[in-house]
Amino acid sequence: MTTRLFGERVQRKEDPRLLTGQGRFLDDLGPDALAVAFVRSPHAHARILDIDVSAALDVEGLVAVYTWEDLPGLVAEPLPLLIPHPALTHGRTAYPLAREVVRHVGEPVVMVVAEDRYLAEDACALIRVDYELLKPVVGIEEAVHSAALVHEDVPGNVGARLVQEVPSRSGQSAREVIESAPHTLAFRLDIERSASSPLEGRGVHARWDGTDLRVHSSTQTSTSVRMAIAAKLGLPLPHVEVIAPDVGGGFGVKIVHPWPEEILVPWAAMLLDRELKWTEDRREHFISSAHERGQVQFVRVGFDDDGHVLGLEVTILHDHGAYTPYGIIVPIITSTQLLGPYKIGSYRVEFSSIYTNTVQVTPYRGAGRPQGVFCMERTMDKIAAHLGKDRTEVRAANFIQPSEFPYDQGMIFQDGRPLIYDSGDYPAMLAKLKELIGWDSFVPRKGLGIGIGCYVEGTGVGPYEGGHVQVTSDGRVHVSTGLTSQGQGHETVFAQIAATELGVPIERISVVTGDTRRFGYAVGTFASRAAVVSGNAIALACRKVREKALRIAAEALEADPADLEISDGLVHVAGAPGASIPLSTVAVLSNPLRYSFDAETARAGQFAGGASFDRPPVAEGEEPGLEGRDYYSPLRSTFAAGMHAAIVETDPDTAEIRILRYAVVHDCGRLINPMIVEGQIHGGVAQGVGGALYERMAYDSHGQLLNASFMDFLMPYATEIPRIETDHLETPSPLNPLGIKGAGEAGVIPVAAVIAGAVEDAEGLPIDRMPISPSELFHLRSGG
Amino acid sequence: MKPAPFDYYAPRDLGEALDVLAEAGEHGKVLAGGQSLIPLLNMRLAAPERLVDINRIASLEPFEVTPDGVRIGALARHSQVERSEGIAAVQPLLRQALRLVAHPVIRNRGTVVGSLVHADPAAELPAVLALLGGSVRLARAGGVRDVPAGEFFTGPLESALEPGELAVSAHFPRLPERTGSSFVEVARRHGDYALAGVAAVVTVDDDLRVSEARVVCVGVGPVPLTADVSGWCERRPASTVDWAAVARAVQDRTEPEADIHATAEYRRHLVGVLAVRALTEAARHAL
Repeated sequence: MTTRLFGERVQRKEDPRLLTGQGRFLDDLGPDALAVAFVRSPHAHARILDIDVSAALDVEGLVAVYTWEDLPGLVAEPLPLLIPHPALTHGRTAYPLAREVVRHVGEPVVMVVAEDRYLAEDACALIRVDYELLKPVVGIEEAVHSAALVHEDVPGNVGARLVQEVPSRSGQSAREVIESAPHTLAFRLDIERSASSPLEGRGVHARWDGTDLRVHSSTQTSTSVRMAIAAKLGLPLPHVEVIAPDVGGGFGVKIVHPWPEEILVPWAAMLLDRELKWTEDRREHFISSAHERGQVQFVRVGFDDDGHVLGLEVTILHDHGAYTPYGIIVPIITSTQLLGPYKIGSYRVEFSSIYTNTVQVTPYRGAGRPQGVFCMERTMDKIAAHLGKDRTEVRAANFIQPSEFPYDQGMIFQDGRPLIYDSGDYPAMLAKLKELIGWDSFVPRKGLGIGIGCYVEGTGVGPYEGGHVQVTSDGRVHVSTGLTSQGQGHETVFAQIAATELGVPIERISVVTGDTRRFGYAVGTFASRAAVVSGNAIALACRKVREKALRIAAEALEADPADLEISDGLVHVAGAPGASIPLSTVAVLSNPLRYSFDAETARAGQFAGGASFDRPPVAEGEEPGLEGRDYYSPLRSTFAAGMHAAIVETDPDTAEIRILRYAVVHDCGRLINPMIVEGQIHGGVAQGVGGALYERMAYDSHGQLLNASFMDFLMPYATEIPRIETDHLETPSPLNPLGIKGAGEAGVIPVAAVIAGAVEDAEGLPIDRMPISPSELFHLRSGG
Repeated sequence: MKPAPFDYYAPRDLGEALDVLAEAGEHGKVLAGGQSLIPLLNMRLAAPERLVDINRIASLEPFEVTPDGVRIGALARHSQVERSEGIAAVQPLLRQALRLVAHPVIRNRGTVVGSLVHADPAAELPAVLALLGGSVRLARAGGVRDVPAGEFFTGPLESALEPGELAVSAHFPRLPERTGSSFVEVARRHGDYALAGVAAVVTVDDDLRVSEARVVCVGVGPVPLTADVSGWCERRPASTVDWAAVARAVQDRTEPEADIHATAEYRRHLVGVLAVRALTEAARHAL
């Protein structure tokens, strides 16, 4: 049996559990817990005049009602601003329960605890909140021009403004270059809001035993939730445990923390000395969690006759919603990742983060990249159209060449470190894609179009992750890492890494993620980083274990460690299969025992013999047990890339848009499990199709979200997703031991740009807004 | 998303159900397939005091082909009706329409009669009943009445059903000889309520000339909008009828509204496109 599983299409270890209803999600926990529900603001902007809870007090089963006035100490303070930035001069975060003013529909105002959720909602319905309505600020441009303010002390509703400039080689600014360029174009692009929309919403369960607090949260970062809870509630860190159970998708929204509920539920559990649970429902998720994507972009570009971009200037208005808990990460990513696989002669990007009375904006899979790629790829298509050139030719003219890596884009990336691409081969990728979709043989006609989109994705951001690997005396391997899983397949790919590094069959390897009892130091799962950062940490931890195992086995086998190999869980002398010792025995020998409990452990007993009397049972510098812990802290992000193409058909009569073919070429360095990468891409493309053709957050002028349900928020069904043809390119990252790059967000990033290009090709009409619906295409056709 | 409190009744025979409904009056609500009602309850958009679950009343289950059409009991599920070859043989429009209703899992629970009573102007089945001139049988304690489709649908989500009444069955007339039918629509996603839809029934005479043509439009008015366009066809052979002109006449009768998914103008445009498609296909099936 081979244990060299790195790179193999191993079936997902977690699927039998998840597909047969054996998963344990947040709402499966604490069936007897008290239920929490919230009274949420029905208004986008209002002052709270009075809260009258008296009618609710008659509800049988009501346990407690809390408003902001009831919150003590740090719990009553605004939630943390997680990622401060010097340009975020007016960062604002919400209170866990609204204090005086509500700033979006859905903001929590009153917390209700009752015997069950039905009763809690009955009580909520009886609580009267009197509001003085304030003028709502809705829409990005309206917010810029409105005299009304989301936050009284934030003039112009501008939370942040950041300019990054990369001058030309001769030192000219992008503006100067564009002025003197042979060709220039200027245009505007609009991208709508969407949202992560995981199958499972958020949720928190808390239990307090008088000394220790155990919290389960449907989160993408249990370690950081733990630190936030300990700090807010004034508990010593060792007395707080946070566990992410099975999580039904995150896609970014669950990296935000601490959510109000992550503080309030544990706080009330301690106060009431009862087990408490809050499970978010779908409407709450739409109006109380987070959205993304909404931007208006103003683009100016100067280029030469060959389509080389000489200068690019992009001014972005970024809709940040009511609060900025996650800082300005999203617009920073848009403005840096916009550059894609291209060498842009000179570049100026300015973004303004604008407050509106809508749900806050935090990263959603792709995290600002779909907007940036939409901008750059629309620009490339417009240059090609202007010059009458093939769209792939213009792109190829601007590609960074394989010989130019590492390539410094001269900017600062979202991790505060330089935007330096580590590796890639964009010309080869384009060639593969053109082959896959049949670009050169495609014959366009009215109603049939082809589109292309290229992107580069910074993945695997730091600061670090860790891995712990333990071989127990039964020969099993227990791997843990602190970051969390939301269905990505970590149990499989991390086990593949461990199997390959340790020479142990994958069936004997188990993986635990997101449990602070098992691993306390971690950052979280986001930014396509888990495989890169935790994967490498686990590999390094395995190498420590392997080294120790070989040392112990060498002593037992009276061999040189350098001559030893491990395969199928057996340490043996290379070329002499007879001389071997199982890893299970090595694990026993690694831990000198006074007490034995079975025949195996008796081999490590103090009278078992073989011990040297010249050194202590645990030698200096050694530790008992066959285990290892290591960390991986990347120097910089690794830069994955991909190129997508699609053929679409538009109905001449109904203006319906159908994707006939969709092709992806993807490069995330060395593939741990191609099947899982392809699955990630498929899911990402599906979400991208949502953003391209279906999804928007339909706010009216009062700040009411008109489509806060899956009936009217049009997430595509399987029936709307085409078959996805995939090919891979592997340019290993030189930055990490395994040579891998991230893949989690890849699929979603260029889809809107690709579909826009294809529809434009089919219709001969500029497509500058996404998503595009049949109704909108109909009106574009009739010129309005 | 938990419903407000209600009393739950699960009668085992029709008499018992009608008694409970009579007593409940306007505070009662019938639960059959639950595909519309349960979300309304969970979102607290509806809060009836008494919920009468009719799923245990065996007499409401059957559907049967009668000499003049199809009678469908209150508990017949969409999927049962959709799959019945007997029904398809006498009234193919039902199957044509049901394939456009949501998704298989919803069709496995949702009921034909429940959809009629829900009276969503964008739904397919009310349109089919209206186009065919069918009727709904309403029972109350001590009486039964048949209400023709033309009088049954009174507004968006409003019907002639009165408090205390239970819709026990619906009757869909058989398709006449030399008659074809068609149902076409445009929805944002497969199975969604249509942005606009048109069903058509076309009859030809012995000389294969169009003797009768009727359409119904969904999603473009407060109730299913029916139109008899026979006159526009001028008793021509189907292949020479100016279907586009007929479609324009249909378009003019619609009153679409804009929502977040489509403008009124686009919906009106769709009616024209879909009317041509539905009439052409129905005429083809009639030959």
